[in-house]
Amino acid sequence: MTDIIIIGGGPAGISAALTAMHRGKSALIISSAPEDSPLWRAEHIDNYPGVPGATGRELLTALTEHARRSGAGFMRGHALSVMPIGENFGVSVGPDFVEGRAVIIASGLARGKEFPGEREFMGHGVSCCATCDGMLYRGRRVAVIGLSADAPEEAEYLRSIGCLVEYFGPGRAKRYEIRGSERADTLVADGVEYPVDCVFVLRPGVAPDSLLPGLETEGGRIKTGPDMSTSVPGVFAAGDCTGAPYQVAKAAGEGNIAALAASKYIENKSKEETRDGDISS
Amino acid sequence: MAIYHLDGKNFDEVTGSGRCVVDFWATWCGPCRMQAPILDEVDQAVDGRAKVCKVDVDAEPELAARFGVMSIPTLVYFQDGKITGKAVGVQSRSQVLAALGE
Repeated sequence: MTDIIIIGGGPAGISAALTAMHRGKSALIISSAPEDSPLWRAEHIDNYPGVPGATGRELLTALTEHARRSGAGFMRGHALSVMPIGENFGVSVGPDFVEGRAVIIASGLARGKEFPGEREFMGHGVSCCATCDGMLYRGRRVAVIGLSADAPEEAEYLRSIGCLVEYFGPGRAKRYEIRGSERADTLVADGVEYPVDCVFVLRPGVAPDSLLPGLETEGGRIKTGPDMSTSVPGVFAAGDCTGAPYQVAKAAGEGNIAALAASKYIENKSKEETRDGDISS
Repeated sequence: MAIYHLDGKNFDEVTGSGRCVVDFWATWCGPCRMQAPILDEVDQAVDGRAKVCKVDVDAEPELAARFGVMSIPTLVYFQDGKITGKAVGVQSRSQVLAALGE
């Protein structure tokens, strides 16, 4: 069991992990490929203190290295859902799941609009998880819309288990629509229809409101209090996912605040548990 | 109470009476693995007033096909053998309890 699970390995997530470690808490960062981060492609960042003219890639590499050296755990993958389990939280990551006492969502901006039909048919011929649902489509035709850096690997996995994969990488089509009646049966890509049994939409991240039921958002941004707490006790948020300005300095600051609040949450909870223990004994 | 593990032989008998939730799952699926301890909690909470059941879709593809399971985890709810609800994706303890009428 980790103390604080951090979803996202950008400046907010890394900053949160560093602060958590300083507070004596263990931290596990769940992060997709760094190439998925818009920061990775930033030509230079001139307003982050101490590293004038750094490229996004240099900054992200330095941040990651800092967290690694501080002893934070790293897990590569896409966090698909967060759920309270007893007094703690579970976070599912591809074929695995991890448990923590508090969660900090630092998943960045949910980029890219949903395609027509994507939400409507989710779970009914549309899937966001190749490892979860691939086996259900062995020997059947599936389309993969690869929007994340590791999507080609996931498509290869689907091929390896026997799915007949039609792959749509970046640039293959501009407009997608998923159609069907009871369930999805057709992917329309730039007006061309592909009959399929399932469409896998592999995005870099899951929209915050589908990550955790009951998480309050406004215009796609997670609503937070001054201590970066969210509408779900024990869950905090930091960085671009809480709204503008979309700046590294703001993300790092919020990561720091979120980790302090999450540490306090865990400490208070431990005190309560000790107290309850005393009463019952 | 214990969790019922269902297959083609005992499915109709177990789900045929009373209230049930059936979790269609597989070992390769992270969200399914997260659903498991939540269903353990539900089983404790309902204390025999409803049955908590599981179907391994890898071992029982016919059952998965019969209930149109296209994504896992999928939870299907029954009352005396009749389907009363279906939910795709991990469900929280309170969501499952509400669907069971608790």
